[in-house]
Amino acid sequence: MKQYQSQLALIIALAVSLGVSLCSSSIDDYYLDIMLNVGINVLLAVSLNLVNGHTGQFSLGHAAFMAVGAYGSSIVTLEMGAAMIHVFGGHGWFAEGLTFLIALSIGGLCAAICGWMVGVPSLRLRGDYLAIVTLGFNEIIRVVLQNTSGDGPFGGALGLKGIEPYTNFFWVFATAAIAIYTISALVNSTYGRGFLAVRDDEIAGESMGVNTVRYKVIAFVTGSFFAGLAGGLYAHLRTTISPEGFNFLKSVDVVVMVILGGMGSTVGVILAAVVLTVLNEFLRDFEQYRMIVFSLLLIVMMIVRPQGLLPATVFQRRKQA
Amino acid sequence: MSQFIQQLLNGLFLGSIYALIALGYTMVYGVLRFINFAHGDVFMLGAFTGLYLNKLMGPILAALPWPVAILIVLVLSMAICAALGILIEWLAYRPLRDKPRLNVLITAIGVSLLIEYTGQLVFGATQQPFPAIIPKVNVGGLGGLTVTMTQVIVSVTAVALMIGLRFIVMKTKMGMAMRALSLNPTASSLMGVNNSVVISFTFGLGSALAAAGGILYASLYPSIEPFMGILPGLKAFVAAVLGGIGNIPGAALGGLIIGVTETLVAGYSDVLGIPSGYRDGVAFVILILILLFKPSGLLGKVEREKV
Repeated sequence: MKQYQSQLALIIALAVSLGVSLCSSSIDDYYLDIMLNVGINVLLAVSLNLVNGHTGQFSLGHAAFMAVGAYGSSIVTLEMGAAMIHVFGGHGWFAEGLTFLIALSIGGLCAAICGWMVGVPSLRLRGDYLAIVTLGFNEIIRVVLQNTSGDGPFGGALGLKGIEPYTNFFWVFATAAIAIYTISALVNSTYGRGFLAVRDDEIAGESMGVNTVRYKVIAFVTGSFFAGLAGGLYAHLRTTISPEGFNFLKSVDVVVMVILGGMGSTVGVILAAVVLTVLNEFLRDFEQYRMIVFSLLLIVMMIVRPQGLLPATVFQRRKQA
Repeated sequence: MSQFIQQLLNGLFLGSIYALIALGYTMVYGVLRFINFAHGDVFMLGAFTGLYLNKLMGPILAALPWPVAILIVLVLSMAICAALGILIEWLAYRPLRDKPRLNVLITAIGVSLLIEYTGQLVFGATQQPFPAIIPKVNVGGLGGLTVTMTQVIVSVTAVALMIGLRFIVMKTKMGMAMRALSLNPTASSLMGVNNSVVISFTFGLGSALAAAGGILYASLYPSIEPFMGILPGLKAFVAAVLGGIGNIPGAALGGLIIGVTETLVAGYSDVLGIPSGYRDGVAFVILILILLFKPSGLLGKVEREKV
């Protein structure tokens, strides 16, 4: 049984999220909304952790990939949703679910393709360049979306509205569970040791025959894919999206979650995402101080405790020598 | 044709400011090998220092002839921002001197956000008009070209500062120490260079140039706000990479190229068939291209990473 532990955990997580989803109508709307936000942020943080934590690169444009996923999937459901539901046999949970699944996947794939295009030139070079290129990409996506025509499929500066509210408890937490499973399985496999090798010492890894650029690109594209899924879920939860919602600060939010939780520590990052999302919700009155506190946190963490509050080593079982 | 030359001139004026900011990036990269994200925010602080100096000393400045007034504002805010730059380095970057580079990069982002949001709290989030210290007169009327006094002052100041920097780096003892440090920090400290002092000096010098850039930029586009530093800062970084990061003449060249390209794209947006709002994207397209084809930059040397 032990070797199937993680698969079992995944199935249990999927079943639980389906079960909660079926009785989600009895949960207070406000708390349900916070829970869904938590789920989406966990998904974002875990996917960024693959890039920033496990692989030791530094992406500052996670919100851009989220934007690509959100726009990609929303355009699919807005432009072709009705036709697809018709093909799949009319309204009902099956047809709508299948349509949403296809839309989400297309959004994720678009984000992954963007990740590949941004990653290949910048990942050949040292870490700092990726930070700047992703930051720039974040700005470009925003500028491009804002300058599209208002009646086109992208909706211009006002964005898209009237997106079907398909996102529910099941979709968010099932996707988050799959992301956590995929990324842990990837990193903990023999193949995945390469990611850690890139983080710990790129030159040593390369001389041991690890294709570092390839690993970095794989990590980045996988991270972008899940960020795209998070964007799709976000769009179908809020039902309106605008380019401003995916600005640099959204990326910084995710970065803070990863750093606070501990880069490379999946459990730490998940906890940080949960805590920060809930805190954000209750500290809405102090919105103007939020970023000051976040930025101070970044500086102080780096000086005092760079490994994060819950570093990966805390959760590793010590092997008997 | 005259429209083209006009756009070219406008681009050069803008580019000379980018060049000033890019010099700070490139110098800090030269001695510490890291990207100082907060540099664009020091640029913003420079503009705001200028604004507040003008508020404080308004009557005195108004009594003086305007070239003296702008000189006083420029020198004072350069000095204040140089002190701020040294302070930032001392508080945030020095404790991380021997830590992994990723940590320093994250700290730099933290410092940048801290300055921006504290600025928003202190200065207010709205756009503020920057006082016109330089009189608004046209000086050039050659063949339908217009050149304002502000533009002349901007370019003259920028060139003067760049020549001054060149002198400091090439002819003074401190400049020699800076060059030694950027070649090999260990060897330079063995040769009796006090690395910490040189690093502080470099931060001060870079921040002073950024502050000058801020005041010049605010004179060209007289509306300032706490987030004004982000985009010029990013473009100046691209300029530094374009010229070859760590290379001082390269940063100046890169700044001019970015400024001219951006202005031309905006000016001919209808001919090119792209909205002029895309002008901010130009620098990043250039960045991606340069990273793909010549990552060491136009004037930079290829640097091998060693164990």
